[in-house]
Amino acid sequence: MNKKRIFEIIGFFGLRVCVYLVFAALLVFLYDIGSKGGATLSWEFISQAPRRGMTEGGIFPAILGTLMVTIVTAVLAVPMGMFAAIYLNEYARQNRVTRLIRLSIRNLSGVPSIVYGLFGVILFVNIMHFGTSILSAGLTLGLMTLPWTITASEEALKTVPNSYREGALALGATKWQAIRTNVLPYAMPGMLTGTVLGLARAAGETAPIMFTGAAFYLPILPKSFLDQFMALPYHLYVMATQHHSISQVRPLAYGTALVLLILILLMNLTVVIVRYRLRRVKRE
Amino acid sequence: MRKTPALARFKEAAIKAFFFTNGILAIVILLGIFIFLLMTAIPAFREIDVGEFFTSRDWNPTSPVQEKYGIVSMITSTFMVTLGSLIIAVPIGIGVAAYLSDVAHWKVREIVKPVIEILAGIPSVVIGFLGIVLFGPIIAKIFGISHGLNALNGSFLLAIMALPTIISISEDSLNAVPRAYSEASLALGASRWQTLMRVKIPAALSGIIAGVMLGMGRAIGETMTVLMATGNAPAFPKGFLRSVRTLTATIAIELGEVPYYTTHYYALFAIGLVLFIITFIVNLISDLILHRYQEREL
Repeated sequence: MNKKRIFEIIGFFGLRVCVYLVFAALLVFLYDIGSKGGATLSWEFISQAPRRGMTEGGIFPAILGTLMVTIVTAVLAVPMGMFAAIYLNEYARQNRVTRLIRLSIRNLSGVPSIVYGLFGVILFVNIMHFGTSILSAGLTLGLMTLPWTITASEEALKTVPNSYREGALALGATKWQAIRTNVLPYAMPGMLTGTVLGLARAAGETAPIMFTGAAFYLPILPKSFLDQFMALPYHLYVMATQHHSISQVRPLAYGTALVLLILILLMNLTVVIVRYRLRRVKRE
Repeated sequence: MRKTPALARFKEAAIKAFFFTNGILAIVILLGIFIFLLMTAIPAFREIDVGEFFTSRDWNPTSPVQEKYGIVSMITSTFMVTLGSLIIAVPIGIGVAAYLSDVAHWKVREIVKPVIEILAGIPSVVIGFLGIVLFGPIIAKIFGISHGLNALNGSFLLAIMALPTIISISEDSLNAVPRAYSEASLALGASRWQTLMRVKIPAALSGIIAGVMLGMGRAIGETMTVLMATGNAPAFPKGFLRSVRTLTATIAIELGEVPYYTTHYYALFAIGLVLFIITFIVNLISDLILHRYQEREL
């Protein structure tokens, strides 16, 4: 065996080790949280409120808060993301404005989450007087999610063949009629699944909601979207670093982390399954 | 009822205008973030000397004697933790990308890709929590220190968070290298390893650099992981085994406690503005690298 071949074997082995490292990291993470969080997980844990200074009880208010804030996020980010994507893919010409829009979208997705939080404090909490509330936090997350939903929706629109549009136009349909009848019905499932991925990421964010509405502890459930709320990611942060007896509540923190992970993985899994089905339908 | 052509045309134009408004919104939001941060940061400099803000190492806004507003320590901490994360993530990330594009069977790729997506989907607060409960004790044991909440821990976690970005963009650029390049190299008798190292990676280098920069932007702006895992000692960093406090962590810790519309409050927005500008520049450069070729074609 010559030297060249030995180098190749060693080199490719090195690359494989890199992949193993990533796998190992993920497995260790999931195992640690799965095993220790699993010990805490029970129906009581997800259906009851925290008790005795959050040293006992469950995390129901945090689950509810995260769901409510995600609804607000979706109401802002899903339709607006789709509309912007329709503009970019169906109407926009290749000119300076379009390039600037695309550049802004890519740059928005790189703005740090805490900067969105600061922006939310200025715009929603102070200027719009929504106060620290589900509404402010959800809108802040919505803005952060927007670049993701735009990109995901555009990807879905790109998969619709041009002949669909041309067919409608050739029959005398206007541009909007062509989009409505021949593009959107085919792109919609892809658009929706893509946006769900964006929402899953938003649901796990902490920094944007810390100062726009998430609360350390609330004795009652939120009654409207203008109330403060408890949220799973923020609750995990509190239980892991801010609680007065951190080591005592460690099992609860593990449980919270597991519930948050399950919630997000479930949202991702739904998307994977729907996509798989769609691909199969298309092939047939 | 048939609509008159004029009405139909008007309707079409109105619909187009509606979608255009939504499209243009991205620019408005980006500008809005910048302008609002700027407006809220400016009042800070009624009392703080701009020179002091950018050159002093001391940050002590609540001192009863003399309040100090210098961000040098935080900026150094941010870049230190980021640099550490890149040292870990860049070789591994390029390695995984090269494996996926050149070595792996497509079935293996179908498994590895979702795994990386799952990794990318883990919320930053969960990664930070793992830094406390998993990495911290390990680091403390290895180096014989009292606790493991330090810059090294933050670098490890940020590396994990930057990896998916680096991998996916590097892999895309490796795949974009024309087949003729590697075929020519193989035909000349080079091994697949030599082809990868001396032909494909150099040819894909600009894309790989862009991916690394995007990952770097993520690391600089990441809040929860560093907030939880780096110990948050507001002093000038003296090494990777010391606690550090980054720009993002400072905002996260202090904004909750500070009264609205005080110099301290405005100063935190000034930090936010600095953070926005740094990440904006990093992202813009990587964007220019990635889209230079595409734009030219259009």
